[in-house]
Amino acid sequence: METIRIKPNFESWRMQARKLLVQSVPPEGLLWEDGSSGADSLFGDLENNAFEKPSTTIMPQVRIPRDFMNLAELVACHRVSERWGVLYKVAWRLTHGKERQLLALRIDSDLKRLEDWASAVRRDRHKMKAFVRFRKIGDTETGREQFVAWFEPEHSIVELTAPFFAKRFASMDWSILTPWQCAHWDGQSLQFSPGVSSREAPKEDQLEDYWRSYYAHIFNPARLKLNAMQSEMPKKYWKNLPEAPLIAELTRKAARRTGDMVEAPVSTKAHVSERIPSGVPSPDPPSRSVEPAGVLSRADTMSLEELSQLGLQCKACPLHDRAT
Amino acid sequence: MELKNKLEILADAAKYDASCASSGTTKRDSAGSATALGSSGGAGICHSYAPDGRCISLLKVLLTNACIYDCHYCINRRSSDVQRARFSVAEVVQLTLDFYKRNYIEGLFLSSGIVRNPDYTMERVVEVARQLRVDHDFRGYIHLKTIPEASQELIDQAGEYADRISINIELASQQSLDRLAPEKNMSRTQKAMGGIRTRIETDSERRKADRQSGKRRTKKDRHFAPAGQSTQMIVGADASPDRQLLDRADVLYGAYHLKRVYYSAFSPIPSASPILPLKSPPLVREHRLYQSDWLMRFYGYSVEEIAPDSAPNLDLDIDPKLSWALRSRETFPVDVNQAPRELLLRIPGIGVRSVTRILQIRRWSALRLEDLQKLGISLKKCLPFVITTDHNPARLGLDSDRLRSRFAPGPQQTEFTFTVADAKSSAITGEV
Ligand code: SF4
Repeated sequence: METIRIKPNFESWRMQARKLLVQSVPPEGLLWEDGSSGADSLFGDLENNAFEKPSTTIMPQVRIPRDFMNLAELVACHRVSERWGVLYKVAWRLTHGKERQLLALRIDSDLKRLEDWASAVRRDRHKMKAFVRFRKIGDTETGREQFVAWFEPEHSIVELTAPFFAKRFASMDWSILTPWQCAHWDGQSLQFSPGVSSREAPKEDQLEDYWRSYYAHIFNPARLKLNAMQSEMPKKYWKNLPEAPLIAELTRKAARRTGDMVEAPVSTKAHVSERIPSGVPSPDPPSRSVEPAGVLSRADTMSLEELSQLGLQCKACPLHDRAT
Repeated sequence: MELKNKLEILADAAKYDASCASSGTTKRDSAGSATALGSSGGAGICHSYAPDGRCISLLKVLLTNACIYDCHYCINRRSSDVQRARFSVAEVVQLTLDFYKRNYIEGLFLSSGIVRNPDYTMERVVEVARQLRVDHDFRGYIHLKTIPEASQELIDQAGEYADRISINIELASQQSLDRLAPEKNMSRTQKAMGGIRTRIETDSERRKADRQSGKRRTKKDRHFAPAGQSTQMIVGADASPDRQLLDRADVLYGAYHLKRVYYSAFSPIPSASPILPLKSPPLVREHRLYQSDWLMRFYGYSVEEIAPDSAPNLDLDIDPKLSWALRSRETFPVDVNQAPRELLLRIPGIGVRSVTRILQIRRWSALRLEDLQKLGISLKKCLPFVITTDHNPARLGLDSDRLRSRFAPGPQQTEFTFTVADAKSSAITGEV
C-alpha cells in the first residue's frame, strides 16, 4: 500500500493523479489521504513535500476527456473520503484501461458512484444559491450596501459557488459565512477565510418581516402539499430560513381556512356586479360569420382591404383558430 | 395603508397565477459594474417553497387588486367584496430591489387588476419595469402580465423591459368566457398573442442579421421578451373536457409559439361567485394536464393520441402515457436495444433523459433489466412493455384491462395518488 497525501481539494488531487498516470501507477494498492480524517500532523509534512512543488522535468501528456475533469471537479467537493481513490480509478480506466466509452456508461458502478456524488454536490450548490439569505449590516462611506449571510452547506462548495454571488451582487459588499469556509466580496475580488461559528452572523434584517408576510400570503391554503414542499426544501435548511418558522402554523390553519371558504354560504349579496357600473365597453361584438361562397361571388366588386378584413373574420373551417 | 398590509393583500391577489418560472432568458450578470444589480439565465432558482409545494422564485404581486372586469373565478373581480389595495410604482420597485439584494427572489412577476382602462393600467405596469431596468440597472428576471386590450405601443415597451410577457387565455372557449369572464374575448387575446409572436420573431431575426454583419450591440438595444410568452388556463371552473383544454393548448403552442401553458385548478376563493361550481376539481386533474402537455411538447404525442374522441377526459388514476400505451397494446413490447428514439419515448416509465442514456449505452453494450434499474427506471411500470436481453413480456400475456387494474389505485385512493414521487416531477416538469 502506498499512501498518496494530498490537500482536500481538486487541484491537489489533479496534480498527484497526473503524475501517477504518467508513471503508469495502477490504482490498486494506492491509499489516498487528504488529511481531513483528523490526523493534523499529515498536513505539516505536506507543505514541505517535494512532490507538491511544480515539477521541473517536462512530463509527457496524459489525455483525459474534459467531461471527466468537469465531473471530477464536482466530486472533489463531496465530503466522502473514498472519492479520491474512485476518481483515480476511473481516470486510470479512461487512459491506461483504454475504456474511452466509460463516460457514456451510466451503468458502470464506479462511474455511477462518481455521478451520484457529483449530483449531491450539484444539488448542494443549487440549494446554496437558493437559500442563502443576506442580512444588511450597514453602508460603506462610499454608499455601498453591506450584507452578511450565514449558510451551512453539506459539501465543500463555497469556493466553487462564490463566483455566482460575485456576479449577481457585484455592486454590494457581502460575506457568506459557513462553518467550513467563508467568502467575502468587496466589489473587486473574492477572498476566502476559514469557517466561523454562527454567532458571528447578524441575527436579523428589517426586511424579513416583509418577506415573511409575502411567504404567508402567496401560499394557497386550498392546495396544501407538505411532502412536495419538503422534498425540495428539506428540514435541514429550515433553521437558517427566516420564513421557515411560519410553516407549522400555516399548515395547521390551512384546512380551516379552506373549509371556511367552501362552507361560507354563497351569498347573492356578494355578487353585486349589477350594482357597480362596469365602466368598460363590453367586448368586441362576435364577429359576423363570413360565408366563403357568398364572398367569392362578390369578390370582384370588393377592395383588397375589404377582402382581407373578411378573411380575418372567416371561421368557416377550423383553420381560423391557428391563423395569426 | 401600511406597506406591509398592501403586500399581504396584493400577494393574496396574485397567488392564483401558477407561473413562477424564471428560466430560459438571456444570460447576463452585473460583473464589473458598480451600480448594476442581478443576474439571470439558465434554469432559474426557487428561493423557497410554500406549504402548497409551489416554488417561490419571483416576487409575484398585483399592482392593484381593484378591477373593473368581472371574471367570476377571480377574487379581484369588481363584484367581489375583497379588500382593495394599490401599490405605488415606487413601492413595487423598492420591494423588488430590497428582496433581491437579500437573495429572496430571482425577480418580479407583476400583473394588475384593470383600473380605469387597459392603457392606464398597462402604463403603470410598464413604468415599474422601466424604472427597474433603466433607473436601477436591474438585471434580474421580470415577467409582466399584459392586457390584450392595451395599445401595441405599450405591449412593445413591456417586451423591451421584460424577460417574459404573458396574457392569460383563462378558458378554452369563447362560450365559457361569455359566461364566466364577460369582458374577455378569445380572438382579441389570440390576436394580441400573435402580435407578440411577430414582435419576438422580428426581433430575433434583426439580432441575427446584426450578428452576421458584425454590428455591435449598444446598451439600449434590448432583446424583446427573450423568455417568450406564456399563458394560463383555469381548470374545472367550466364544463370543458380535457380534450378541449389540450386542443386549445395545442393551438397556442402551434400558432403563437408559446413557451408554456399553465393549468390552474380552479380553487375555492373567499366570496365566491354563485355561478361557480361549489367544488374545485381534484388537483390530480391539473397534474394529468401538465403531464399531457409535456407529452405533446417533448415526446411527440398528438392531442388525439392523449385524449381521443372516445375518451375526452384524462384518466385520473393512471398517467396519460400509460393510458395511451394500454390503448395501443399492438405497439408493445418495444425492444430497448433496437427501437428508435421515438418509440423508446413511448415506453411507460421511461423519460427523455433515460432514453438519451439508453441510446448512449447500447452503442457499447446490450441492456438488461438490471441496467434499466441502475438508470433509475421503475421496472414495475415498464416491465410489461419492454424487451431486454433477459426479459420478454410476451409470455405474461397481459391484456389491457388486467394491466390497467394492476396500475390503477383502488377507487378510494384516487385523490391521493398525487404523492411525493409524483409531485417532484410534476408541477415542475410534468415528466412522465
Ligand atoms: S381582469 Fe378578470 S381575472 Fe384579471 S383581475 Fe380583473 S377580474 Fe380578475
